[in-house]
Amino acid sequence: MRIRNLRPAAVLALAASALFLVACGGKQEARPAAPPADAKRVDESKAGTVTGRVLLQGTPPANAAIKMGADPVCVSSNKGPATFETFVVNNGGLENVFVYVKDGLVNYYFDTPTEPVRLEQSGCRYHPHVFGIRVGQPLEIINSDDTLHNVHAVANVNQEFNFGQQMKGMRQTKTFTAREVMVPIKCDVHGWMSSYAGVLDHPFFAVTANGGAFELKNLPAGTYTIEAWHEKLGTQTQSVTLGEKEAKTITFTFQAAIGS
Amino acid sequence: MLWLHRYAKLVAASTVLLIAAGGMVTSTGSGLSVPDWPNSYGYFMFSFPLDKMVGGIRYEHSHRLIASTVGFLTIILAAWTWRVEPRRWVRWLGVAALGAVILQGLLGGLTVLFFLPAPISIGHAGLAQLFFCITLSLALFTSPGWRATVDPVDDPTLRRIALTTTAMIYCQIVLGAAMRHLGAGPAIPDFPLAFGHVVPPQWSVPIALHFAHRLGALLVTTAIVATAGHVWYHYGRRRELTRPATLLVLFVFVQIALGAFVVWSGLQPIVNTAHVVNGALVLGTSIVLTLRSFRIRFERVAEATPRRTVMPHAPAEVA
Repeated sequence: MRIRNLRPAAVLALAASALFLVACGGKQEARPAAPPADAKRVDESKAGTVTGRVLLQGTPPANAAIKMGADPVCVSSNKGPATFETFVVNNGGLENVFVYVKDGLVNYYFDTPTEPVRLEQSGCRYHPHVFGIRVGQPLEIINSDDTLHNVHAVANVNQEFNFGQQMKGMRQTKTFTAREVMVPIKCDVHGWMSSYAGVLDHPFFAVTANGGAFELKNLPAGTYTIEAWHEKLGTQTQSVTLGEKEAKTITFTFQAAIGS
Repeated sequence: MLWLHRYAKLVAASTVLLIAAGGMVTSTGSGLSVPDWPNSYGYFMFSFPLDKMVGGIRYEHSHRLIASTVGFLTIILAAWTWRVEPRRWVRWLGVAALGAVILQGLLGGLTVLFFLPAPISIGHAGLAQLFFCITLSLALFTSPGWRATVDPVDDPTLRRIALTTTAMIYCQIVLGAAMRHLGAGPAIPDFPLAFGHVVPPQWSVPIALHFAHRLGALLVTTAIVATAGHVWYHYGRRRELTRPATLLVLFVFVQIALGAFVVWSGLQPIVNTAHVVNGALVLGTSIVLTLRSFRIRFERVAEATPRRTVMPHAPAEVA
């Protein structure tokens, strides 16, 4: 076959490759937007606080048991039966709920923290199970297990990533480039391992602990939409108007029956 | 030539095993448990330590090892066919098998590197079935029975319905692959009804895909029963046709039962994979029946095709 005869085929192959790369090239990398020219910092001397609890009404569903038999290291690193962390309830309060300011912050500028958030794989579980992180803040992912894990962030807005950590002590740092609530992180080797990252462009978020309690502090005066997110029960929102130096308390109540 | 036929059967059987391994990867959600490709966690594929094959890696890495083995077997099959086969079109079919297995490997790698995009994953599943059909066809074309046929059936109706049935089965398999890779498997949780109704009372893309697969099963079953009925009625004494026709009916009813159990078991991975593998057997059997119904056409093609000089050590063949 003469080279001249190959040209149309080569052009077609190149075009197909280009189309394929465009189709599979993933999302455009979103970068944090530059602050507006009139952006201001929060005056902490005038800021207020929103505190509250997330309650679970009804009998909390039992967390399903985890079968770790697929990896002997996971079995040996967990004493007794392991269960999922879907419903952690203390004194009627629901933990592992991500509470954050969804809407209402206008023209504020916040420095990006340089201190990394740590996500540890230990006992074939992620610690923490739910966490918040800022856009551009380093996320340090550590393998503390004597087995291998892959770390797979199933992002929709941010760039999806998947990498392996085959040895104990391995650590890798990633950053998210856009606001996204929530980014599920999972291990495909150990299908039960999951964690959720709430990625925000401001510092007003918390994960409920100690009986479902949370605190959003240093919040400037304004009217805000506060959202509570739970991995199984979904979301609830409330509107809160906060004056200068004011402290307000709110309560979210989820129904246990929805999650059962 | 007999050994080439036996070897082609071995490759076809290995392909069934490979489809089963791939089915387990998807059914267990292990597709991304090995995040790199062609290496596995930085190791050369064949030097990956066995003690690290835990959890989802067992399925994904086993699939890669079996795929590599099938790829190697296919290289030998293509070379062997090229060397000893006197029919040019069969030689080129061997080359097509090699091209298909290379493309299949690339699709498998790309789907890992791009986090299982549905079009590539569905393409990977669809090409697997085509590759199986090619290896099966090679086994058929090199078989003594195919070459010894002296009075092939010449029935345009049979050719038409057999070909249509095969095409329908393939479309149904691709639809099933789309269902699996788009997460539409659990979209309708009951069977044989859909949300307690004959027709789903609510609709979404996953529900539509799932329901289309069920309707497809009805159509394919009807086509298979019609084809088999035609064979039994008109060619009851032609075993080369009645055997695949009977097998086809058997496989399709097993397939329906497996499909029901997939729903009832909540997508249990082994049941799900058995459904995928049996689907390949339905397609493979239909291909054999279709090719045998076209046997007379092949003979004409063979007569019209100039023969290559046969190597001195290869036995002379009659197409």
